[in-house]
Amino acid sequence: MAVVAFVVFLLLYLTPGDPAAILAGDAATSDDIRRIREKLGLDQPFLVRFGEWIGQLVRGDLGISIFTNLPVAHLIAQRIEPTLSLTLCTLLVSVLIAVPLGTVAAARAGTWIDRCVMGFSVLGFSLPVFVLAYILILVFSIQLDWLPVQGYRPIREGVWEWARHLILPSTALGTVYIALIARITRASMLDALAQDYVRTAQAKGLTPSEVLVGHALKNAAVPIVTVIGIGIALLIGGAIVTETVFAIPGIGRLTVDSILRRDYPIIQGVVLVFSGAYVLINLAVDLSYMLLDPRIRY
Amino acid sequence: MNRPLPKLVVAALIAAAPAFAGAQQKVLKFIPQADLRILDPIATTAYITRNHGYMVYDTLFAIDEKFQVKPQMVDKWEMSKDGLTYTFTLRDGLKFHDGAPVKSADCIASIDRWAKRDALGQKLAEATASWSAVNDKTFTLKLKKPFALTLDALAKPSSNVPFIMPERIAKTDAFKNIEDPTGSGPFKMVKAEWVPGNKVVYVKNTDYVPRKEAPSWASGGKVVKVDRVEWIYIPDSATAAAAMNAGEADIWEQMPPDLIPVLSKNKDITVKNIDPLGSMGMVRFNFLYPPFNNEKMRQALMWVVNQQDYVIGIAGDPKNGHPCYSYFTCGTPLASETANAPLKGKRDVEKAKQLVKESGYKGEKVVIIDATDQPIVHSQSLLTLENLKKIGVNAEIQAGDWGTLITRRAVKEPPEKGGWNIFHTWLVGPDMVNPAVNFPIRGTGEKAWFGWPTDAKMEQLREAWFEAKDAASAKKAADAVQQRAFEFVPIIPTGQFILPTAYRSNISGLIIAPINLLWNVEKK
Repeated sequence: MAVVAFVVFLLLYLTPGDPAAILAGDAATSDDIRRIREKLGLDQPFLVRFGEWIGQLVRGDLGISIFTNLPVAHLIAQRIEPTLSLTLCTLLVSVLIAVPLGTVAAARAGTWIDRCVMGFSVLGFSLPVFVLAYILILVFSIQLDWLPVQGYRPIREGVWEWARHLILPSTALGTVYIALIARITRASMLDALAQDYVRTAQAKGLTPSEVLVGHALKNAAVPIVTVIGIGIALLIGGAIVTETVFAIPGIGRLTVDSILRRDYPIIQGVVLVFSGAYVLINLAVDLSYMLLDPRIRY
Repeated sequence: MNRPLPKLVVAALIAAAPAFAGAQQKVLKFIPQADLRILDPIATTAYITRNHGYMVYDTLFAIDEKFQVKPQMVDKWEMSKDGLTYTFTLRDGLKFHDGAPVKSADCIASIDRWAKRDALGQKLAEATASWSAVNDKTFTLKLKKPFALTLDALAKPSSNVPFIMPERIAKTDAFKNIEDPTGSGPFKMVKAEWVPGNKVVYVKNTDYVPRKEAPSWASGGKVVKVDRVEWIYIPDSATAAAAMNAGEADIWEQMPPDLIPVLSKNKDITVKNIDPLGSMGMVRFNFLYPPFNNEKMRQALMWVVNQQDYVIGIAGDPKNGHPCYSYFTCGTPLASETANAPLKGKRDVEKAKQLVKESGYKGEKVVIIDATDQPIVHSQSLLTLENLKKIGVNAEIQAGDWGTLITRRAVKEPPEKGGWNIFHTWLVGPDMVNPAVNFPIRGTGEKAWFGWPTDAKMEQLREAWFEAKDAASAKKAADAVQQRAFEFVPIIPTGQFILPTAYRSNISGLIIAPINLLWNVEKK
């Protein structure tokens, strides 16, 4: 995390752009910008600024947004729920759909079912999120008037309101992950189904579903879980486009907006939070291997 | 037989009561042109912050649709015979959102802070001997010399607007952002519900006492006809259009031209130009380095700029804009045809090439800095590149985002070391109506706007305009300023365009004004 903190700060320091110029507005003069830079401490040398930021971090303070004057922690807290909701809903939908799809495709390899699943998978990879998002909006929001076009409702305002605002974004974002997980599941399952223990299980008279789920899927789970873990990290990144198209006030949009405005404290704070989340996700995935495969020990 | 309602039903009805009350509230959902990030309308000239300012603050004076200055917070005012002393008395019943009455000290502190940042405010400050409070409702301004634009300055309609804040807030350093949005305007900001990048919430200020006159631009009665206004920022314009179509938003402040046909098909939506002045596009030069430190090079480009092309490039449809061959906003009193032949007459590539030759241009590379995330900037950049190529200038576009552009334009290094030669931008009509507010024409060198032109003659002519005693002599002086501008070419105006507003059929009362004002707006 310390390395991340240093690299992020250095990159932002080297990136062209001056929040003082953006803050001052179009009509400002060079003199106005200089005075604002002084007020914000942006005229200080790299080491002084980095030292101050690290000092704040040690005290648990992510700093203050240059533009809104609001604490970065507050801004991230405002945005964490929509992003978490979107990511978890998408993940849940993706896993619930993709794992059975991949399993069935492997069990019926070479049949029309397999080809349909793989065809859908190719389509899911090929269709950009924003294109699918606009199609979903057109059909389900404008023509059928079933679901809202945009926005987010916190879960405290009602589970249904919360869910109906997430159906379209989760579907748009989830399609590519369904495709990814379905393909990986199919490949892992095909590998598992060719193993001796599967033949043995079949010879013992177990039903096809018992063989498929109880033996093959269990042994194919490690690579699937690995991909799901990577998928969570990718989902957080992919959420940026989805949040923009559906106007969901999540962390992704906060990041993009902050980059466009060069709101350094927010960018630094968000990157730290993201990197912390990635570390935790990877840890969870690594620990899950022990549950899925007793042979794995750390 | 009447049977008492079961306890459970009663409890459910009580629990649902706030929801019903909420449903009866009139909530106006408004898609603003940009995201509100900065709450301080003095610290920035950003138009979105100015618009926020009009929601929560009030002004001493305001301009009406006939360009007349009208009292707003001021009840009565008088000027001494020698023109050196103004006395202002505030209206009864003015209160800040925290319940405190608006006092003279608040007005003086607010004007003092504004005058530290605004160009016209600085001009007023130069002429000012003192401001003093006579009592809580009356205060005086003493001038060192008569300043004919005193009331115009206090009624300045666009950035920076002299909004009145509580003294405790107005005492903040003018270069430091204020955080507290307490004003005395017709709406109160609900800061607890503010989600930057997503939503700003305002509620009706029930303590506000509107003037009796009908609203006219930012003057007159600011009667609020909804309970709550939600600014919903939707960064993606296709989504914003879909939200309008689906009835999730009531008003879209500025829609991109390419989506006009999409919304116009919906019978429940009106797409209309409600901004009478629109905005003015422009080419800005860097005067520090060749080749545009030479007047003839700037004139050369002007001879090939076809405003019609720029207007179509920016606004998409000629209906949403028109050429404006003036340095002052067309449709306002000082707009003029004076000396505009280099921009209005037949486009003359040969003449332009001759001027390039006379300038001694040595083939230096011209760097146009562009912001591809700003269609208004990007379309102008592409057209200027073509125009420069037409006249044999070695030009290239260096593209980035708006944040990069406005940072880079402040760089005074040569173009090959991170500087620039040309950038494009636009200003709203009210920011170019006269020599006082039209900052791009100024020639104060290092203190001037980016590009830093030095033009003593322009400054003299500008001063002469300030000294004008009446409207006729002011017009004559403004014409002289324009004539000088067409010689010196501080910018090249590229036309006047309007981004229309879309609103649903249950919305009425939108004020025709160069700023989107939300009082008087009714939702059925």
